[in-house]
Amino acid sequence: MTKGVFVQLLNICKSFDKDEAIIKNLDLDIRQGEFLTLLGPSGCGKTTTLRMIAGFELPTSGCIVIDGENITEMPPYLRCVNTVFQNYALFPHMNIYDNIAFGLKMKKMTKKAIKDKVNEMLKMVQLEGYENRMPSQLSGGQMQRVAIARAVVNSPKVLLLDEPLGALDLKLRKQMQLELKHLQKILGITFVFVTHDQEEALTMSDRIVVMNKGVIEQTGTPEELYERPRTKFVADFLGETNILEGEVFKLKKDEVLLKLYEEEDIIRIPNLSYKLGDKFIVSVRPERIRIKENPQEGDVWLECKFKERIYVGSNIKVVMILKNGKEIIVNEPIGQNFIFSDEIKNYFVTWNPNHTIVIKA
Amino acid sequence: MKTKNSINPITKYLTSVLKYLTTIMPALLWMIVFFVIPLIFIVVVSFSTRGEVGNIVYKFTLSNYINLLNPLYIDIFIKSILIAIYTTALCLIIGYPFAFIIATSPKKYKPLLLLLIILPFWTNSLVRTYAMIVLLRTEGIINTLLLHLHIINVPLHLMYNNTAVMIGMLYMMFPFMVLPLYTSLEKLDKRILDAASDLGAGPINKFLKVTLPLTKGGIISGCILVFIPTLGLFFVTDLMGGSKVILMSNLIKNQFLTARDWPFGSAISVVLIIVMLSVITFNSRTPGTKGIL
Repeated sequence: MTKGVFVQLLNICKSFDKDEAIIKNLDLDIRQGEFLTLLGPSGCGKTTTLRMIAGFELPTSGCIVIDGENITEMPPYLRCVNTVFQNYALFPHMNIYDNIAFGLKMKKMTKKAIKDKVNEMLKMVQLEGYENRMPSQLSGGQMQRVAIARAVVNSPKVLLLDEPLGALDLKLRKQMQLELKHLQKILGITFVFVTHDQEEALTMSDRIVVMNKGVIEQTGTPEELYERPRTKFVADFLGETNILEGEVFKLKKDEVLLKLYEEEDIIRIPNLSYKLGDKFIVSVRPERIRIKENPQEGDVWLECKFKERIYVGSNIKVVMILKNGKEIIVNEPIGQNFIFSDEIKNYFVTWNPNHTIVIKA
Repeated sequence: MKTKNSINPITKYLTSVLKYLTTIMPALLWMIVFFVIPLIFIVVVSFSTRGEVGNIVYKFTLSNYINLLNPLYIDIFIKSILIAIYTTALCLIIGYPFAFIIATSPKKYKPLLLLLIILPFWTNSLVRTYAMIVLLRTEGIINTLLLHLHIINVPLHLMYNNTAVMIGMLYMMFPFMVLPLYTSLEKLDKRILDAASDLGAGPINKFLKVTLPLTKGGIISGCILVFIPTLGLFFVTDLMGGSKVILMSNLIKNQFLTARDWPFGSAISVVLIIVMLSVITFNSRTPGTKGIL
């Protein structure tokens, strides 16, 4: 066990009934005190993974270790983890005080100690004076806070959050994201957060685990995943991107010429000892691309025509059409004011070769 | 414009009343003819006197109600309520695990299990009572089997006592308990149960602190659905209790059919109705039962 690793999932497989496996040979180390996000589209197994850590599902094979203790078969009520559920799952028949106190009552703490801790929690989530309300009398954001307080009050070793912000509106969600991140810093508890929202994952996480079809595609910091995705899926899932496919057709001293499929264009990528005929997927972020009438020396450029210009507020999204008919999206900053006078005229999309993300196919 | 405005409210009101009446009229008529009038009749008769040949003489008297204060009738009254309470409690104790098993069983078996609960309903209840008699009587299937297996030497007295009546009632009323319980258990959000385990509640605490309070509505409506008909079922007592067990329902039946004392029978009925109504009003005040009854 490496130092700092707190939760370990070792070779976990999970399948329901006789269906195809939902989780396939999953290995994951979660470090002490980090904010780790499991990110992926629905059905990728992220929630199942979380439910296995919580103990609601048993892995078909493999084992789960928390703080050096094998808890694979331990029932959920004995585990030192707590969950914040999707849609909160507050006890509808108890008021806010009793909801938060539930875990402490189960631990048979004294009334006085419970009261102190619950009040402290209410203060922390800014819900003082709401003790006697019922969950049905609260707004979504307030229920969310109660759900967090109810879990955190038990001082879990790991806090599991299953898409806790999914039901909130955009503005409240943004606010809660920052609050959660802040809370995690104060408490120093390991957070395992599940979401399908890549923006949320990028904002909040120390590390992100991108999952797809029951396997981990890539693990890394938000920056690593965004700037250096290792698979096409990761490049496509995190943020907007343009995907181009091609193969090496000419090797030069410090760069490689990549021939794009179904197109005469070539792009240049740094040479990292590739061989002729190697197949590549290239991803270019829209914000890294510029539209020019004449390409500059040293830039990568592709010939294209103008198709559409969409104003999205923070920037202008321009859709260009490559020679093979594929669209390429460019995010032009406001103020650039490039005037596309002629739809017939040829333009060039260009970018610095350093911004070409190369993924070996 | 002005004249139109001054006429409008009245016509508007009349049309709205007319609309309202035409909509509810069929239901209203039905309730008046088959519910309100008979009920008023019963109440009126309960204050009348019995004629010499069993006819009703409409002369006001309280004697029917005073008659009811006879210790004999008070005994029957208490016994009826006790048997109804026991039956309800038994139904609940046996029905809850039943409903729980059905609600937690795999989806594809649920319709079948529910069907098995409802199936006896498709047979005439009198026929079902006779079937119970075949099972329970001294030379019945249960006794014969136990004798053959040498578990007992003397046949058990399973018929014609309070136990027999309760078994019969239990059998009759069981689905009325299981179905509302099943509905409330089915509606129970599984994530709330997960949340309870997550917060450290073991199976027992989870059941007592979460499942039970959240299915309170089902428990109460199940209890009412069993308790009230049990007070009124007379043929089960008649057939399975023999002449030894007489409950309020039998008393009413006897007054109307055998003794031909309609006024006294009506008085007992009125008391029974008051008991049932008070049970229902008491329960409708308990939170969590709204929309179930």
